[in-house]
Amino acid sequence: MTISSAELLSLYRQMKTIREFEERLHVEIATGEIPGFTHLYAGQEAIAVGVCSLLTDDDYIVSTHRGHGHCIAKGCDVGAMMKEIFGRSGGLCKGKGGSMHIADVTKGMLGANAIVGGGPPLAVGAAIACKLRGNRSVSVAFGGDGSSNQGTVFEAMNMAVVLNVPAIFIFEDNGYSEHTGAAYAVGSRDLAGRARGFGMPAEKVDGADVFAVREAMARAIAHAKAGKGPAAIEATITRYYGHFEGDPQNYRAKDEVARLRDTMDCLKRFRARVAADGSVAAADLDAIDGEVLALIDRAVIAARADAPPAPAELTTDVYIRY
Amino acid sequence: MPQISFRDAINQALHQEMERDSRVIVLGEDVSGGAGGTSGTRDAAGGIFGVTKGLLPRFGEGRVLDTPISESAIVGAAGGAALAGLRPVAEIMFADFVGVCMDQIYNQIAKFRYMFGGKSTCPVVIRTAMGAGMNMGAQHSQTIYPLLTAIPGLKIVIPSNAYDAKGLMIQAIRDDDPVIFFEHKALYPRKGEVPETAYTVPFGEAALVREGDRATVVAIGRMVVFAEKALDALAKDGIACDLIDPRTTSPLDEETILESVENTGRLVVVDESPPRCSVAADIAALVASRGFHFLEAPVQIVTAPHAPIPFAPALERLYVPGPQRIEAAIREVLK
Repeated sequence: MTISSAELLSLYRQMKTIREFEERLHVEIATGEIPGFTHLYAGQEAIAVGVCSLLTDDDYIVSTHRGHGHCIAKGCDVGAMMKEIFGRSGGLCKGKGGSMHIADVTKGMLGANAIVGGGPPLAVGAAIACKLRGNRSVSVAFGGDGSSNQGTVFEAMNMAVVLNVPAIFIFEDNGYSEHTGAAYAVGSRDLAGRARGFGMPAEKVDGADVFAVREAMARAIAHAKAGKGPAAIEATITRYYGHFEGDPQNYRAKDEVARLRDTMDCLKRFRARVAADGSVAAADLDAIDGEVLALIDRAVIAARADAPPAPAELTTDVYIRY
Repeated sequence: MPQISFRDAINQALHQEMERDSRVIVLGEDVSGGAGGTSGTRDAAGGIFGVTKGLLPRFGEGRVLDTPISESAIVGAAGGAALAGLRPVAEIMFADFVGVCMDQIYNQIAKFRYMFGGKSTCPVVIRTAMGAGMNMGAQHSQTIYPLLTAIPGLKIVIPSNAYDAKGLMIQAIRDDDPVIFFEHKALYPRKGEVPETAYTVPFGEAALVREGDRATVVAIGRMVVFAEKALDALAKDGIACDLIDPRTTSPLDEETILESVENTGRLVVVDESPPRCSVAADIAALVASRGFHFLEAPVQIVTAPHAPIPFAPALERLYVPGPQRIEAAIREVLK
């Protein structure tokens, strides 16, 4: 799968944007200024970016409670996302959704979802729409090792096979369902095998390798657009932070995160690969680093300055007409 | 005007809307039926009550989707398809099965528009059959609309006759908000005058089924039929009452109820659901809080008991509020 240097830079910029968005939130949340629960995607960037880099606004995704990365990779505005997470009126959802409900239907982003396993049935529905329109687009359900145990996910996979729709199920096995290890909670730990059991092709990839994710996704898309129905990808990965911000992570060995940050980091892997084959200059990546940091900085400043939603917003948008 | 059944009225609405708008799809268990069977016969069921009969031969498998028995995936798929621009009509075979897919109803489709800051539309219709009286037991007979009426973001439709069923279904499909459409099983064969042309019955506008100044009777779904029987009996004694059929419990036409009570001073609410947190309790609370000064007698609610629905016909007959209980309640408020 050939990839232009412009595309390479774009992949890196997307991953770096997600990383810095989350690293900055980690800092800002500690100050107490951001209300509610936040679940950070840091560490898993190569999966969202590898998958979404092959999608357009006509393709759909449904996300999870850990959804910032999927949103950014699918094209949601970073500034409006930051305002949303701060609970401000200029947020992507006017401050009424919050971190776990960021959506932008115009970008094909059908919502982060605070119910584990809530999204895959929705993705099957969007895939029905894709099929009616001639399988020119696909619908992607992101989920984790945790949601792989939900009955709704089984129902969704089976129905996608039965209806032969272009749905693609992405399982991000980050090792933990909240505070419980996947080694305990996921029988067989073979998520691709589960998907195959429902009658769709499935592969396992290294979730820290954006190229591997992208190539697997390209095969899944080709399969779905050929009218052959759904496919699944199991991507092994880790998360750098807790289930939610403030989680002391006492269920993880003391050196686990530090070790994985060293050995399983998608940005380091990317840099090593492009340095080895000479496809992108390190200076270009350094320049992106600076631009991304400035972007996130501007987003936080703007979010902080933005007004909270007006009281009248409490009861608007419940219905279109009532 | 042609007389057709409640069932056929809904069927006609589905045909006409699918004809009019190619975005309308139908999905659910056995909505066509026969797929994968050994006879090769499709449209073998057309819905277990025959409401979706004929849609598959007319509109094809792309728009009439037989699904596995997977209620969460059915409702979720309808929600996702709606976000993606279709106008799905999903069937949950029995209203009792809402328990299986409650998350997709109340955490997903009901809330998208609000959570997404008003930037999405989710024009889903969920059709579901409800009601006791056919000895189907505790898990196939409930009228669980109070649970769903309580949820912001949903519109709740409960037709009582064939004419309304067609007009409300067409309105539901054209409506841009999520709609739950309850069809009482006992009403399916009941005939009424139904125009062949398409028409809508608006949400939030109650029907004044009978007029009279002695009392206000509000009845929901099949209870409208029983309330009419009760009023027929009372007419022999020269007693005439307003009979209001809300038609939708969300939105609820509060003004029509309050105006009637202002005129009559007496209220009876008839609801097939158990009494606690029921629509009957809700309407009684409405009148107590906004129409207390109109009341000349305590409000009477006529409901099922606070119990699951029994199987034995002898017990089920006692469970469902019938014309005699309604008549007695009206006589009570007139004391």
